[in-house]
Amino acid sequence: MSLISQESASAGAVASSDYAAGPGAFFSLLKPRVMSLVVLTALAGMLIAPGRVHPVVGFASLLAISIGAGAAGALNMWWDADIDALMARTRLRAVPSGVIAPGEALYFGVTLAFFALLTLAAAANLLAAGLLAFTIFFYVVIYTMWLKRLTPQNIVIGGAAGALPPVVGCAAVSGSVTLDSLLLFAIIFVWTPPHFWALALVKSRDYERAGVPMMPNARGSARTRLEILLYSLLLAPLGVAPWLTGMAGGLYAAASIVLGAVLVGLAVRVYRVREGPQANPAALRLFGFTILYLFVLFGLIVLERGSGLFELWGL
Amino acid sequence: MSLVMEPAPRAPMLTEDQLRNRRRRNLAIGLAVGFMALLFYVITIVKVGPGVFQPMR
Repeated sequence: MSLISQESASAGAVASSDYAAGPGAFFSLLKPRVMSLVVLTALAGMLIAPGRVHPVVGFASLLAISIGAGAAGALNMWWDADIDALMARTRLRAVPSGVIAPGEALYFGVTLAFFALLTLAAAANLLAAGLLAFTIFFYVVIYTMWLKRLTPQNIVIGGAAGALPPVVGCAAVSGSVTLDSLLLFAIIFVWTPPHFWALALVKSRDYERAGVPMMPNARGSARTRLEILLYSLLLAPLGVAPWLTGMAGGLYAAASIVLGAVLVGLAVRVYRVREGPQANPAALRLFGFTILYLFVLFGLIVLERGSGLFELWGL
Repeated sequence: MSLVMEPAPRAPMLTEDQLRNRRRRNLAIGLAVGFMALLFYVITIVKVGPGVFQPMR
């Protein structure tokens, strides 16, 4: 009896993280800020698609795409827990900090991915579900498991996964992949390198410690700054293209021209200010602006297209 | 058959925080499953339309 009591006492409370995490910790695995961008870009893809769907089908499709993206984020955190623990920016994430066990993150991600694909197939069509499956596969396997630790071009190629939501959204509504949706894909694809590399310039020691070959620590600061400038010079006119093709209206045209000019200006500053106390703030300013840039451009597409949609529904 | 019996596995002892988090997780899973069922029901009605109530021929 006494022996049993001692054993029970020594067992004590469960130290494992298996029971420690609440719903909020699991929600953080979905990378909510990335998800918000996915919602916006996928919605833009749905609104520029030829044809219309019932609002319930549209809502279910958008939900499935965003949950699918969240699932990919959870699987990314499961796989990258070892390097996340080494970087100041990511060491407090749920898995490396021990709040959620790696296995839990894996099962959570796989389960969500399964239900997201099932929902999109049921609500929209198999093409959209197939594209979402490809997006998740590309992000988790091609980018996270393979390219991220292999090449400084990791986020260039891996950026395709982040650029696909408008294409998936368009396919969910129209059942096809249109040139307009591919143009939105191209904008996000070209936007990704200056966005990530601006942050990587500031966090290059973090990446170096974790052994991740990001452009600044693999090829050097000067080369990174040059490539940021080149991609920004490509992105600025590409951002105006939706207006030129008739996909977006006058408000979008004005915003894309102004924002594109500011983007190039900030990229020039990052290219020129390479050392000293102003170097990192310049890079961080560009990083913050790239987020604003994409939100405003896609937000305006949603606004311009969405207003017509409400009229169609008689709202 | 061995006379030595394996000790019965004990349920882990959870702290108050862990119990509360488990309840919240269970609630979240329940709500998600309920929402999923409702969503599929509505999708079915929307896609099939009034024909869902017609007998199959």
